[in-house]
Amino acid sequence: MVSSMKDWMQYGDPMSNPYYPYDTYNVVYDLGFEVYQFLGGIVAWLIDLILPGNPVSEWLMSDAVVNAFSIIILALVIFLVIFVGVLISLWEERKVLGRFMDRRGTMVGMKGFMQCVADGLKTFMKENTMPKKIDKMTYMWTVSLIIGTSVLVACMLPLSDRFFIVNFDSGLLIVMALYALAPFFILVSGWSQNNKYSLIGGMRAAESMISYEIPMLIIVCSVAVLSGTFNIGGIVAAQNESMWYIIPLFVGFIVFFTCSCAESERSPFDLAEAEAELVEGWQTEYAGMKWGLIMLGDYLRGFASCAMISIMFLGGWNVAPFASDAVNGFLPEVVQLLKGWFVFFIMIWVRVALPRVRIDQILNLGWKVFMPLSVVNLAIAVLLKVGGVF
Amino acid sequence: MMDTEAIYQEPSVSEIKHLLENKFKGKVTVSKTEVRRVHAEILNKEDVFEVCNYIHDNLTFEHCSIVMGADMIDHLEVIYLLTNYYSGTVIEIFAKLPLDDLHVHSVALIWEGANWHERETYELFGIIFDEHPKLKRLLTPDTYTFFPFRKSYKLRGQE
Amino acid sequence: MMVVENTIDTFDSPSEERIAKDRYQTDAMWIYMGPQHPFSHGLWTLKVRVDGEIVTDAEPVIGYLHRGWEKEAENREYPKIIPMADRLCYSASMTYTHLYCMTVEKALGIEVPEKAEYIRIVADEICRIQSHLMWLAAVGTDLGNLTIFLWGMREREYWLDLNVRLCGQRMTTNYPRIGGVRNDTTDIFDRDVMRCTERFEKALWDLIDMIDSSSIYVSRMKGISRLTREQCANLGVTGPAMRGCGVDFDLRRDDPYGKYENIDFEVPVLTEGDTYARYMVRIEEMFQSCEIIRQAVRKINALGKNAPYRLKVPSKVPAGKAFCKLEDPRGESLMYLISDGTDKPFRLKVRAPLFTNISASRPMVKGVRVADVPAVMAMIDVCMGETDR
Repeated sequence: MVSSMKDWMQYGDPMSNPYYPYDTYNVVYDLGFEVYQFLGGIVAWLIDLILPGNPVSEWLMSDAVVNAFSIIILALVIFLVIFVGVLISLWEERKVLGRFMDRRGTMVGMKGFMQCVADGLKTFMKENTMPKKIDKMTYMWTVSLIIGTSVLVACMLPLSDRFFIVNFDSGLLIVMALYALAPFFILVSGWSQNNKYSLIGGMRAAESMISYEIPMLIIVCSVAVLSGTFNIGGIVAAQNESMWYIIPLFVGFIVFFTCSCAESERSPFDLAEAEAELVEGWQTEYAGMKWGLIMLGDYLRGFASCAMISIMFLGGWNVAPFASDAVNGFLPEVVQLLKGWFVFFIMIWVRVALPRVRIDQILNLGWKVFMPLSVVNLAIAVLLKVGGVF
Repeated sequence: MMDTEAIYQEPSVSEIKHLLENKFKGKVTVSKTEVRRVHAEILNKEDVFEVCNYIHDNLTFEHCSIVMGADMIDHLEVIYLLTNYYSGTVIEIFAKLPLDDLHVHSVALIWEGANWHERETYELFGIIFDEHPKLKRLLTPDTYTFFPFRKSYKLRGQE
Repeated sequence: MMVVENTIDTFDSPSEERIAKDRYQTDAMWIYMGPQHPFSHGLWTLKVRVDGEIVTDAEPVIGYLHRGWEKEAENREYPKIIPMADRLCYSASMTYTHLYCMTVEKALGIEVPEKAEYIRIVADEICRIQSHLMWLAAVGTDLGNLTIFLWGMREREYWLDLNVRLCGQRMTTNYPRIGGVRNDTTDIFDRDVMRCTERFEKALWDLIDMIDSSSIYVSRMKGISRLTREQCANLGVTGPAMRGCGVDFDLRRDDPYGKYENIDFEVPVLTEGDTYARYMVRIEEMFQSCEIIRQAVRKINALGKNAPYRLKVPSKVPAGKAFCKLEDPRGESLMYLISDGTDKPFRLKVRAPLFTNISASRPMVKGVRVADVPAVMAMIDVCMGETDR
């Protein structure tokens, strides 16, 4: 008996799969599920056509395998969406920067967007040079880890309550922990390059990042105090029920915004790669593809900080508090991305307006201004919570 | 009669002429004066440091514009242009160096700005400034053994 | 961390043995900034010894661009040196050619027509403004802000257009001649100059707003690299860097050449002696230059269209010595000409202001942080063509 192709494609409810990994509906998983149903179904049907009654086709369409492939497709889709989002923010930076400076910005194809692709191709085709007297293992490993953690941070942040890769109760804390890993790799990387500029750059990165990590964490805590959870979805939902936290925690917003500029090494806080005095800082000896990926990593971190600001202070993927479900439910992923790009626009604005700060100024600012302010912010949050406002 | 030991902040051209000629009788001759310009010659190169010190300390010439060498074929010259910041007066003072004794006392200890000018003059003309803090080649490579700005060093097109 | 006083001790540079000894110290290291380094605008090296982030010692190294300019000049006829003088510094070409022509005129003992003098003043001040704008642009990049760079360069382009209107060339202008200038001003040059100055004074306020209203900019410059008046004079630092340290001296006013004594302008002088004062002096100089240009253009107009602008001069210069000083955008430049009666100079010495200013970089950067080194060095507006000659 020849089986029909449709027999192999059961577009069922992904949530009825016993291996479904989430508690709530995940649209990306659903997409992966259906893509796999279609592709895997064709493959299984073809194998079955040639060798009728073989066990491989059955295995291909079993619940566990379908789930595994759906998760692989989910990971790919999420990475691609974030990647394209980062490329768009890169394009946004170039265009906005250009317009602020009275020039046009990049002009290669699609209003200059194709410049990102051209740059990517260029760096990938460059010769993979490496200095002779370096510590090769740390040199390669640290850069991989820096880029890897950056990708991980950017992908860990959900775009909506149905577009996520994990949904932990401690989601924000995990993101912050991954965020805080990079300075140590940068320090080791600067050391391994056998170059004085890199060494100073690495030490500066470690100094400045450590001093900005703590105010950031305190502000994350104050947001958690208000919302009662570290779960990212929970924070957004809590803001939808009361108000955006930018209103009660305005101090925290300012501090967090500045700290995340510093954290993602964006100008004016890019001391670690201050090209005026340190050539390219800790990235001096990385050439070609490695440097291209480091730049991508930087922008991934910037993108992640913007997404975090959007989630923590600007209501995340909801259009407005108390809006109807129909309004809030309309493409929440796009709303979240737009908010992220808006915050990124402000970051570009800051970059346009300010020169690079000095290392002693940045440390003073971090420990003497932002640290007390973040504690004040935490106190405000606790007062509001105890006072029963939230 | 002016006091040659007093300190003058803003000496006029005629005062400078008078003071230099009286303080260093038989050592310095003032050949010509113009508006804000004094041209003088130090007859004996041993007196360069003393005269310069006097011009700096007593006549308040705080700025040494240049120290330059010139190859006059039968002898070398070292020329100093010194500026007073209060009146804008410039003293041009030079000393002749015989070819067999190209030593002159450094003025880099009086005007720190003369340091590199003297180094440059040394490497290009071979004039040796005694007691200079670091008399090394500045513009040309350390391996040069000749002095390229002397007239005896010909350019290719000149021959 | 070692406490470093920001004072000059003796000028002697660190010996090779000391550098070799420091190589094995763990708390201090020598960083070579240059010649291929984004901070060095041109080919030169600043070796700095850093203790953590603080610069404890420094030594400038120059000579990468030494072309033997003075020797080359001895091999050429007098008029052929004018385009060479253009190449001494690309952003001060007009002042160097002016200075050269003035020196030869002095050796010849001739007076230039009045109109040519005023045209030269206009050309010099255009040159000064565009040079200062380029400096402002460089300050922007050295402090890590690209906006100032592009805005400064945009404003500079208008002045270069005026150069084109005056003599058909943007940067290496080859415009002054021995005995005058190459050509008269064009028909509507006076109108263009007036429009450009008026527009520029407004645009410059935009740039000033951008810099002075930002506390980061100001704090990056205030109190950095202080020099006293006496140190500054003794080190031979000249130009805006010197006037920022309290030396009240400007060759245009105190030792006037050309027809500057007929022009009424102020010399900005500040006594703070830090980087910010040097910055303020340069900004104010740009406004004063606009004022000078306006007055000089009025004088040109008063002289009328048919006034002579160039003299015929003999090709041979009588034997003798002559020197001229001129206020370059970067400081006091000077040419010393020894002629022997032929049509080629016997010796032509150039005093480039930056040659001495760079030699003073050791006391300037001592005690500042590594991040401030570009900012401090930007304030002397480095141009290597004239330094190495």
